[in-house]
Amino acid sequence: MHGQCGLFFRTYAGEAQIFPSRFLKISMLLFFLVLCAVPHFMNQYLVSILCLINIAVIGAVSLNLLTGTCGQISLGHGAFFGVGAYTAGYCAAFGLPFPLVMVLAGLVTAAVGMIFGLPSLRLKGIYLAIATLAAQLILEYVFLHWDAVTGGSNGLALDPPSLFGFSFDSDLKMFYLTLAIACLTVLGVRNIMRTKLGRAFTAIRDYHLSAEIVGVDLFAYKLRAFGVSSFMAGMGGALWAYYTMYITPEQFGIGLSISYLAMVVIGGMGSVLGGVFGAIFITILPEALNFIAQHAGEAFTDISGSLLAMKEGVFGLVLVLFLIFEPEGLANRWRLVKAYWKLYPFAH
Amino acid sequence: MEYYLQLVISGLVVGSIYSLVALGFVIIYKATKVVNFAQGELVMVGAYICFALTVQAELPFIVSFFMTLAFSFVLGLAIERLVLRPLIGEPIISVIMVTIGLSSVLKSLVQLFWGTQIQVFPPVLPQEPIMVAGLPVAPVYVAAFILAGVLFLIFSAFFKYSRMGIAMRATAFDQQAAASMGISIKRIFALSWCIAAMVSSIGGVILGNINGINAQLGHLGLKVFPAVILGGLDSLFGAALGGLIIGVLENVCDGAAKEFLNLGGFKDVAAFIFLVIILMIKPYGLFGTHEIERV
Repeated sequence: MHGQCGLFFRTYAGEAQIFPSRFLKISMLLFFLVLCAVPHFMNQYLVSILCLINIAVIGAVSLNLLTGTCGQISLGHGAFFGVGAYTAGYCAAFGLPFPLVMVLAGLVTAAVGMIFGLPSLRLKGIYLAIATLAAQLILEYVFLHWDAVTGGSNGLALDPPSLFGFSFDSDLKMFYLTLAIACLTVLGVRNIMRTKLGRAFTAIRDYHLSAEIVGVDLFAYKLRAFGVSSFMAGMGGALWAYYTMYITPEQFGIGLSISYLAMVVIGGMGSVLGGVFGAIFITILPEALNFIAQHAGEAFTDISGSLLAMKEGVFGLVLVLFLIFEPEGLANRWRLVKAYWKLYPFAH
Repeated sequence: MEYYLQLVISGLVVGSIYSLVALGFVIIYKATKVVNFAQGELVMVGAYICFALTVQAELPFIVSFFMTLAFSFVLGLAIERLVLRPLIGEPIISVIMVTIGLSSVLKSLVQLFWGTQIQVFPPVLPQEPIMVAGLPVAPVYVAAFILAGVLFLIFSAFFKYSRMGIAMRATAFDQQAAASMGISIKRIFALSWCIAAMVSSIGGVILGNINGINAQLGHLGLKVFPAVILGGLDSLFGAALGGLIIGVLENVCDGAAKEFLNLGGFKDVAAFIFLVIILMIKPYGLFGTHEIERV
């Protein structure tokens, strides 16, 4: 009796499958079922963290498409996220239905993202990073000062979303909603990466001149990368607005952009799984520090006072250490662990 | 009119600090091609060290000033050796992210040691204003401007005449050729970080004498980008000029926005709007090297 060892493909379509083996299909299904069941046994705090992770996954995976796959560094993703959130807040005030608001938020953000992506025609690398940094600061200023639309420093309040008369008014219900959209985003990006669009993005990242020689229109595809990525960021921002139900300009500062970039870098550039891992890691990190500080606070009394400073320091330290010791990110480590167990105990 | 003249003069003073920080940024970029997002934090650390030595250890200002320079030298050396050297040859985004991580670490260390309140330096210079072009200006402003100018001259001379400076320029021009001429690239990288940290800390000390310091001082590091993009990322003279222009420009735009549009806080964003415009029409700045790609 002998079975096949490993995966063999005789067609390109076979190789491009998202779930190539039956084992993967079954384990993904099981994982998904567990993920749906687990929040019922958690307290509200843990469920709220899961919601934040879902929203972060949308942001990180969309930025990974732009930065990891297409190679266009964006320091303005947090602000694009904010554009989505404010569009949702503004549209929801007119009583538009939830699905329409989501699509509008995506479209408006895509338009804004493409406008700020325009310099990518002439700029690359560090120059583009600085241009998107400018986009971040300019958009932040607009959030704060365009009172008629954004409510200025007072912010905007929203009602929980409702779909066909069903209101998502608890953390648990929001968890399912955010999970659904996060899954759609992940599958969407995974699908984009195996189409012509995704291959063009990879070609641009690897070497833009070669890409142009083989017939990739650099400008058109870079703009598309900005558009698609911002569209998803806008949806994520809209969800964030619905989830927190109150948005202010400070939420979408440069810190948010940096933490999305950190998710991409820590997770692994250019890999969808990496974006997911990074989002989970960076979202849990401050909560874990809170937990430690609460318990260490019993031993050292004055530790919780400097918690905020420590959070930032640990974030920076983790980022630096990851870049030095694990530059390929968590996705690569996951691949190595899988490879180790696949052939265990015969590692050769 | 006098209102605008005042704005121009205070813009020149702020601009001279931008120039100093931009100078540090350009020195690092020129020699190592690293884009340093932690430049503002180097300014902040320098300012706080000088503050600690002058106020908390009660040393005379001139002693603590030179000790701050020595500390910055060591700090620059440590950063280059521990953080940047392992990343040589990694993609741009990794290098950007590592300096961003570094800035978070430095900021949190400063907050842990000195808290978040504004700390004020004891007055070093006399308080009576000096008349410049018929307007009263505080002596510390004049001193800041002159000090920035002197430093710029010193660095220009250093890069033009000293052995080490010429070696640094050679490395910036072509690393392989420089290495084959017997220049130690590692030493040059370390030295450029040391110089950048020292220049930034001087900027920090001046700023501390003008406004006092707090943990938000690091935001100054972002203002360096419009200055260096305007001047050209790898031009010392460009950085000095760019800093001055951006300082004046943001002050005047801020004043105009307040007067005509009744719009507050325009200062922070004016420089960046200008930055986007420069990037659109002249991406390599006034004096930067054009990168030409041929297939």
